[in-house]
Amino acid sequence: METSPLATEVVFRLGPVPVSRAVVTTWVIIAALTIVCWLGLRRAKVHAGPLQATLEIIVETMSRQISEVIRRDAWPYMPLLGTLFLFLVVANLVAVVPGMKPPTGRIETPAALAAIVFLSVHYFGVRSRGLVDYLRHYTRPNLLLLPLNVLSEITRTFSLMVRLFGNMMSHELVIAIVALLAGLLLPIPFLLLGVLIGIVQAFIFTVLAAVFIGAAVGSVEAG
Amino acid sequence: MELNLQMLSIFGAALAVSFGAIGPALGEGRAIAAAMDAIARQPEAVGPISRTLFVGLAMIETMAIYCLVIALLLLYANPFIG
Repeated sequence: METSPLATEVVFRLGPVPVSRAVVTTWVIIAALTIVCWLGLRRAKVHAGPLQATLEIIVETMSRQISEVIRRDAWPYMPLLGTLFLFLVVANLVAVVPGMKPPTGRIETPAALAAIVFLSVHYFGVRSRGLVDYLRHYTRPNLLLLPLNVLSEITRTFSLMVRLFGNMMSHELVIAIVALLAGLLLPIPFLLLGVLIGIVQAFIFTVLAAVFIGAAVGSVEAG
Repeated sequence: MELNLQMLSIFGAALAVSFGAIGPALGEGRAIAAAMDAIARQPEAVGPISRTLFVGLAMIETMAIYCLVIALLLLYANPFIG
């Protein structure tokens, strides 16, 4: 293991800004998702073709799951949560393509996603309850719990980041060690396990973001 | 052979991962056993039970991941080794 899993590989520099490998992979994923959606929905018809039908099934399933978690209409939150889930699934499974590494296995991508979730939770909370009422929910059930509520706000964002990063990075590390010990056929079950871990982690990240948003807009008890 | 900071960091990393894995393993076992029990009693509630189970497992698993991160910090980004 010559390189640290905590370090970032810089591919090239855009002026003073270093661009890491994870960022380049993220751009490729964004481009691929955009092209697939554009192709599927370029001429949307009532009698949907195979690609359009697949995309519609995915979106319908996501909105049903999210509305079960939030316990109200999911569509105001679908642009955030649906995009998050689709991006995470593709990003976690990108290791299936030879030569690509999941960008979620580096600390910066999960950190950015957790920051997005952190900010949008407050945005949705303030928008649906008003500023005063939203700030008042930090003092419930008692004013004494205000520091603990603020602390839990920070720690849950941090744990959201570390969970995704730790799972993806540790799996990458396990595969590297197994391939070092026996390179031929032994890594294949671990790669299959990686597909499962990637989908489950994307699901968990999205469900937790939905639970946080549900707690902020006041339909779910805080988790 | 005398103990130096590198060796102590390796010991610390191994200790963190090994003891940090025991607690979450026991906790996850209990959670899964309870979920199995619930599904056996009420098979029609399998959807909400398994979704809550997954979220709860993720919460428990985070503790083990924290220990892993501590171990990696000790091995790769140790502030006490120059």
